[in-house]
Amino acid sequence: MTKEIKGKRRDFLYTATYTIGAVGLGAAIWPLVDQMNPDSSVKALSTTEVDISSVERGKTITVLWRGKPIFIRRRTKQEIDEAAAVDLKDLKDPEKDSDRTKNPEWLVMIGVCTHLGCVPLDNKGEYNAWFCPCHGSHYDTSGRIRKGPAPTNLEIPKYEFVDSNTIKIG
Amino acid sequence: MSEEKYVPKTKLAEWFDSRLPLLSLSHHLKSYPTPKNLNYWWTFGGILTFCLITQIVTGIILAMHYVAHTDYAFASIEHIMRDVNYGWLMRYVHSNGASMFFLAVYIHIFRGLYFGSYKAPREMIWIIGLVIYLLMMATAFMGYVLPWGQMSFWGATVITNLFSAIPFIGESVTNWLWGGFSVDNPTLNRFYSLHYLFPFLIFGLVILHVWSLHIPGNNNPIGIDVKKGSNETMPFHPYMVMKDLLALLTFLLLFFGFVFFLPDFLGHPDNYIPADPLITPAHIVPEWYLLPFYAILRAIPSKLGGVIFMFASIFVLVGLPWLDSSKVRSATFRPLYRKFFWVLVVTVILLGYLGAKPPEGIYLLLARVATAYYFIHFLILLPLLGRYEKTDPLPMSISDPVLDKPGVMDKFKEMAGKYEGENVGTFR
Repeated sequence: MTKEIKGKRRDFLYTATYTIGAVGLGAAIWPLVDQMNPDSSVKALSTTEVDISSVERGKTITVLWRGKPIFIRRRTKQEIDEAAAVDLKDLKDPEKDSDRTKNPEWLVMIGVCTHLGCVPLDNKGEYNAWFCPCHGSHYDTSGRIRKGPAPTNLEIPKYEFVDSNTIKIG
Repeated sequence: MSEEKYVPKTKLAEWFDSRLPLLSLSHHLKSYPTPKNLNYWWTFGGILTFCLITQIVTGIILAMHYVAHTDYAFASIEHIMRDVNYGWLMRYVHSNGASMFFLAVYIHIFRGLYFGSYKAPREMIWIIGLVIYLLMMATAFMGYVLPWGQMSFWGATVITNLFSAIPFIGESVTNWLWGGFSVDNPTLNRFYSLHYLFPFLIFGLVILHVWSLHIPGNNNPIGIDVKKGSNETMPFHPYMVMKDLLALLTFLLLFFGFVFFLPDFLGHPDNYIPADPLITPAHIVPEWYLLPFYAILRAIPSKLGGVIFMFASIFVLVGLPWLDSSKVRSATFRPLYRKFFWVLVVTVILLGYLGAKPPEGIYLLLARVATAYYFIHFLILLPLLGRYEKTDPLPMSISDPVLDKPGVMDKFKEMAGKYEGENVGTFR
């Protein structure tokens, strides 16, 4: 009888020791893992202001934000109409053009193909908009995926118009 | 020739060996019994050991001159090439050495596939070998990033983006790998750190690989068990050492042929353009040894699917000892498997070719067929063959296929007579 109680007590102590040990080990490993996450200096560069006064219609400028290219395109009337006219049923990742812009004249997107991260080329591809040379994804004049292996539309970063000539990204 | 226990010849040796049995270990490595019928396909283990040591030595030297920073990395490579004494030699041996390492490892793996070296009781050797192979690919990939040229940067971008295909946590995982929001200085720094670490992990695993080999002993071209302690084996030293050395020297002709005459042939000219995060090169291609996997990745018309199939193409090999249920090891006695083996070789080479081509039209179609066949070979054909293939009769001993050839004994006596003169009568 006493032996059995002792056994249980010992089992409890072992289990408790293992548990505390595992928690302690986990707590010790976390800093070793987390040090690889984006650090404060990287996060500090999270906004960029861009002067867009010199961009002409039908032209794209590319700026660097968080190490990624950002496309800022001043679209032509025809491009805006084309993007708005697309039936959502034809889209792999349905999204209205009006939901992708704050001002239809200005299309601001992260210039990184959603497939494997290459930079698409502009005025190329089947929709005469963006085409990724790496694995052949075609995007339309709203930066939406239309053909090829990319799963989603080109991503829209967080941005705002500070005034009519300046965009703040991030 | 059986393995005899080490007997220390001096008091000092006895004192030392009883405290740390390094002399026993050395004796074991020299007298380790090897089947006498091992052919030249068995020399690639030694060649691979040479490759690993060469990469470590030249790598440590390059690390003395290289700077792992996005502003200096590219320039420091040019500094190594132009200013450092023999820097060009160290770098070309290291970069071509990686290619030679993979060439040798592919021959080594296909040797194992042909002669059934992965089968019981050698499963652990095979699995450790696959872990080494995975680490080799990771090491080579990270090493290719270090010069910080266009291919370095965009190769790193494409490969790390593979992890973004993981549902839900993909983006956090890629940001964690990058240490930022794109491939940048933190990425370069950690790749350098890991590129330096991994070869030593490989070295440790090579020790386990050889250890697990020395328990059952070598497989052989006939694939039947050799009788240990019989005249079917020979001590590793000097017999296999000499054979390995001859093979190594021949291999070095090719190796240094590249180093001295075609040092940039296996690389990509775009990597002599400094990395530019705004411009993607027209055709991103990985190094040649990763092309078959790249072809599989692109053959699947879905991002996550492509990544899953690419990793599965390697992990399916872990299951090989159980997928191939045939008790006969060597393809020499498996008439059907022998044919399918060569079809697999052609398929893998075809995938490598397609990996370098744009993924469209006939290239894409062929890549899909080849990918499908690759998996069919391992998951369907091998289990079926194990069950239904009629294998040829196995010889009783590894000596039989040689001695049973007509006229062999007469020829042997004649040859021996030339060396031994009238003593030939003593040969039976």
